[in-house]
This record gives sequence, C-alpha cells and structure tokens, in this order.
Amino acid sequence: MSGTGPRESVFPTRMNLTLTKGRLKGAQTGHSLLAKKRDALTTRFRTILRKVDEAKRLMGRVLQLASFSLAEVTYTAGDIGYQVQESVKKASYTVQARQENVSGVVLPAFDGVRSKDASDFNLTGLSRGGQQIQKCRDTYVKAVGTLVELASLQTAFTILDEVIRATNRRVNAIEHVVIPRLDNTIKYINSELDEMDREEFFRLKKVQGKKKRDAEKSNESREGQNAEFTEGGGELHKDEGIGGGNAGGADMLDEGKDDDVIF
Amino acid sequence: MATTTTNPKDRTLLAVIGDEDSVTGLLLAGIGHVDQNQKNNFLIVDSKTQTSVIESAFQDFTERKDVAILLINQHVAEKIRPTVDRYQAAFPALLEIPSKEHPYDPAKDSVLKRVQKLRGD
Repeated sequence: MSGTGPRESVFPTRMNLTLTKGRLKGAQTGHSLLAKKRDALTTRFRTILRKVDEAKRLMGRVLQLASFSLAEVTYTAGDIGYQVQESVKKASYTVQARQENVSGVVLPAFDGVRSKDASDFNLTGLSRGGQQIQKCRDTYVKAVGTLVELASLQTAFTILDEVIRATNRRVNAIEHVVIPRLDNTIKYINSELDEMDREEFFRLKKVQGKKKRDAEKSNESREGQNAEFTEGGGELHKDEGIGGGNAGGADMLDEGKDDDVIF
Repeated sequence: MATTTTNPKDRTLLAVIGDEDSVTGLLLAGIGHVDQNQKNNFLIVDSKTQTSVIESAFQDFTERKDVAILLINQHVAEKIRPTVDRYQAAFPALLEIPSKEHPYDPAKDSVLKRVQKLRGD
C-alpha cells in the first residue's frame, strides 16, 4: 500500500512533492558515493590487513635475533642493563608522523628518525665487549625500524577499521531508513494529490449537474409564466441577444463587398 | 573515541613496558628519553612488579601526548590483558612484542585477534 510505513511529516502539496523528490535524488547520489568510498577503503583495508599479519610474524623473528645479540653482549661485557638505563637522557631514535590520504581519510604513517648525535652509550663496554655492543645496537635499531613500520600499519588498520564502520553505518542508514522514508513520503503525497484530484473532479461534476438542473427549472418556470402571460392577453417581447436575433449575426466587414479596383 | 584531537606530528617518542633485557636492548637503540620532570618513557617489569604498577604505567603512557608508539612485552600485556584489550585508540599505537623467554604467540595479540576475526569472515 502507498503511504504506509514511516514518512516525513509534510503537507501533501505539489511543492513538497518536488522538494521530497529532490531530497530522494540527493540521498541516492549520497548513497552511491558512500558505497564507492566504502569499497575503496575496504580494498585498502584488505592490503593493510595482510601486511599487518606478515609484519607481526616478521617482528617475532627480528626481535629474537636482537635478543640473541644482547645475550652475546651480556656474555662478553657483563650486565650492561643498569649502565644503559642510567645513562638515558634524550631520545636519539624518534619517530615522525607523516600523513597519507586514502579517499578522504587521513592515515598517519611513522618514520623512524635517528639523530646524528647518537652517542649516548659511547663509554658503555669500554673495557670489553665494545664491538658486540655496537653490533647489538645496530641490530636493535633495525628491530625498532621494523616495529615503527608495524606500528604505522597498525595505526592505519585501527583508523581504517573505525572509518569503515562509520561509513557502513551511514550507507545502511541511507539505504534502509532514509530512502524508504522519502519513498513513502512521495507515495503519500502522490496518493493524497490523486485523491484531491478525484474529489475536485467529482465536485465540478456535481456543480455542473446542479447548474444544469437549475437552468432547466428556471426555463420551465419562465415558459409557464410566458404561457400564462400570453393567455392573459399580454404581448411577448424577446431579447434578441448580442448577435441581434434572427436578423443579426452577419459580419459587418463581410457584407457588401466592393468591386475589385483595376487600374 | 579512538582518534585523538592532538596533532600526531607532536608525537615523536616510543615508550616501552617490558622485562629488563627487552628494555635494555631498545634503550641501546636510543629510544630512551627523560624529560624535564625526570619522567622517563620506559618501565622495567620483573617478577616482583605489581600489576597495579604496570596498569598505571600503561595508563600514563597511553595518555601522554608525546608518545607515538607504545611497546609492551607480550607476557606483560598478558598480566593486564583486560586493559590492553579495551585499548582501541589509534594514538599511541600499541604493539605487543615478544621477549627473550616468551616467544611470540600471535593468537594472544589483541590486534592480531581482530585481524584474524576480520580475515576469517
């Protein structure tokens, strides 16, 4: 049935019909755009998903290697943990965020930056094991590089996940709530307008019928009066009307054509 | 919600919660930082460290505005698993890393769990 289900509360007028049609059109365009956006994001999301999976597994191996090189250091230089912890002052390995744009979504990506004056632990392992410490340090720097990469992937993953959810919600809302609602409104307005049309037609018919009946009635009564009047010895004068009655009706321009003038 | 309003460009540090070996190695790589208030960006967890200390450090690091990535040992994350699983924000990015004694188990990772769930269906 038309007009059932939820609809906007508007008056069923022609202007509102046009307006609602415009809104429906807008909603449909928006829906297709959002669906496109969702598809683009999902494609990106799938690749990131795969990369995250791979990177996580790679990270396990890289850190294992790094732990091993630290064990080497401990073996040659003894426990350097305390020394290292105490000599921490300023981060020499920092990250920089850069932004990437995927169909309107800003994804941050981190870049590991190693400052030039990375000489915090120069004195560590001075007596023995200095070389191992250097090696271990390089291994860990590489490991941190992997971690930073993984972190940016993961951040992108989290953000994309959320954005895709929001987009999906919007797409579904438009598809299942907004569009049916507008559809219902249009149907409602149409049916109301049709109803009004039929009523109007019926009314006109009614008015016409009544006028006809009235005219007939007055004609009849006049005939009767006329008959009564003539019977009573009266003389009847009839209005000749605009056209001039029986004599009139001729075109003034048409009568008495001139002869053609020939030079 | 997840996306914070602060500019991600301000976040430059990495933070670590982990056992001594992991932290030492990462500090050796140069991620350690001590700010003006003598607050450092790492926490060493051993068998005697209490869970509440780990929790508060986790909260502290995740709320700091200059931390871009938070690294946490997986076995440490296990101790505060509910908190870790509840953490969904994009910044700072949370990474669970393996430690020397505890090899990496992808099945426990909160992010990988989500990855697996999403790839599954």
